[in-house]
Amino acid sequence: MTTTVQITRAEYCVIACAEAWRDNGEVLASPMGLIPGFGARLAKRTFAPDLLLTDGEAMLVDLDGTVEGWLPYRQHLAMVTGGKRHVMMGASQIDRYGNQNISCIGDWAQPKRQLLGVRGAPVNTLNNATSYWIPKHSRRVFVEHVDMVSGVGYRRAAEAGPSATRYHRLPRVVTNLGVFDFATPDHAMRLASLHPGVTVDEVAEATGFALVVPDDVPETREPTAHELELIRDVIDPRSLRDREVPA
Amino acid sequence: MADKTMTVEAVIGRLESGMTLGIGGWGSRRKPMALVRALLRSEVTDLTVVSYGGPDVGLLAAAGRIRKLVTPFTTLDSIPLEPHFRAARESGAFELMEVDEAMFMWGLHAAVNRLPFLPVRAGIGSDVMHVNPTLRTVTSPYEDGETFVAMPALRLDAAFVHLNRADRLGNGQYLGPDPYFDDLFCEAADAAYVSCERIVETAELTKESAPQTLLVKRHSVAGVIETPNGAHFTSCAPDYGRDEPFQKLYATTPYAEFAERFLAGDEAAYQSAVEAWHEEQK
Repeated sequence: MTTTVQITRAEYCVIACAEAWRDNGEVLASPMGLIPGFGARLAKRTFAPDLLLTDGEAMLVDLDGTVEGWLPYRQHLAMVTGGKRHVMMGASQIDRYGNQNISCIGDWAQPKRQLLGVRGAPVNTLNNATSYWIPKHSRRVFVEHVDMVSGVGYRRAAEAGPSATRYHRLPRVVTNLGVFDFATPDHAMRLASLHPGVTVDEVAEATGFALVVPDDVPETREPTAHELELIRDVIDPRSLRDREVPA
Repeated sequence: MADKTMTVEAVIGRLESGMTLGIGGWGSRRKPMALVRALLRSEVTDLTVVSYGGPDVGLLAAAGRIRKLVTPFTTLDSIPLEPHFRAARESGAFELMEVDEAMFMWGLHAAVNRLPFLPVRAGIGSDVMHVNPTLRTVTSPYEDGETFVAMPALRLDAAFVHLNRADRLGNGQYLGPDPYFDDLFCEAADAAYVSCERIVETAELTKESAPQTLLVKRHSVAGVIETPNGAHFTSCAPDYGRDEPFQKLYATTPYAEFAERFLAGDEAAYQSAVEAWHEEQK
């Protein structure tokens, strides 16, 4: 018997993010945040080698940094509307139908707390696959209603009509507690998997609306030995992942 | 052909309160900061500012010069939240037209192409439609029958952009990785002013650089201003990167205090004050 390897919560998060890009083919992976970035690179190194990545500016780069293309903002926006992209954005607030807010908290006319603004969330959600990464799952983020719908969720898209739903897709929400999706009849958020060590009660307690919880909730899959080695020795040797999601 | 070189003061002399001013760059990247600083030294106010916002918006907001802002975001990039933009919004200091990044781009394209609007699949379903009740939708006349946002043209009275090089005629060149939308800002404006790191002879522009770097054409430019380090403290690759320590100082210092030390004099005084501050940090 080999000794049991302790897998950290942050490493489950990296795996859960990486899985978002499985079977995506030759599309741009746009991870926002540290752990989604590690996840995208892990996916590209293993089961999704065709993914495109940027250097965070205008260059498309291979895993070793080799420039393979040029993607200034105007072309990046065309990649979004062309649909050949899967973005994983953050969310200051998110509701049960996947409406997301990064604009402001409180009344928009004079907000209690001004944040970034809607940025590209409206165009992202209507045009390319949009997943979310929330490093600290809490009732402050998982709310009944978001204050300013920036990223469009399923209910809002349906109300807005076919040109909103045509390319609208929110594959998953990854948090420090688990993985969530919208694979329910009315697209209400569902608990898809729990990171090992997390209970359903813990998730419910940290969520400001009633989640759909199946009878049997699987655990988020473990990284393979090879994946673990890549995360620890190649992709994030300085363990920055533990700062985003403490053990 | 006309020599369009001028001083930052002369540029500001051509502006009037109440104008719509477009500002190029993106976030805290290649912002025409020397022109913004010159604007701060003037009495020009009551502006409608159109910008992928960074410290340009922050400074103008802190100085109370903005009547209305058109933007998809305002950020310092390495510092996500722009403190003066935040404070201004939280006190309801100006009117805001908050649109998506792509909507903003198509608004510029519409203005450049002399169209009243362009259709965009972005915005519908989001609260952008609620906070901008004047936005209209348009239905495709073809068999798909889809509905889109009719993003109105973002026509500008004046535009400021900062480029790496330009000639005296107004041909502007970017040498960094991203043109942002500076050519669109210039073509969408009645009068565009291009500040640059260095004015060079026309022939020198393509001596060592590919012709695609010639982003801005002279027919869309009213004035050219040489302002070395003129994007400071934002980035201006490859001439210089963002001055992160100084940006941090800007973001953590009350505006009055910052303005007293750095914005009381002209552009040369600003550059000396920055240099002196860096010396103190050693």
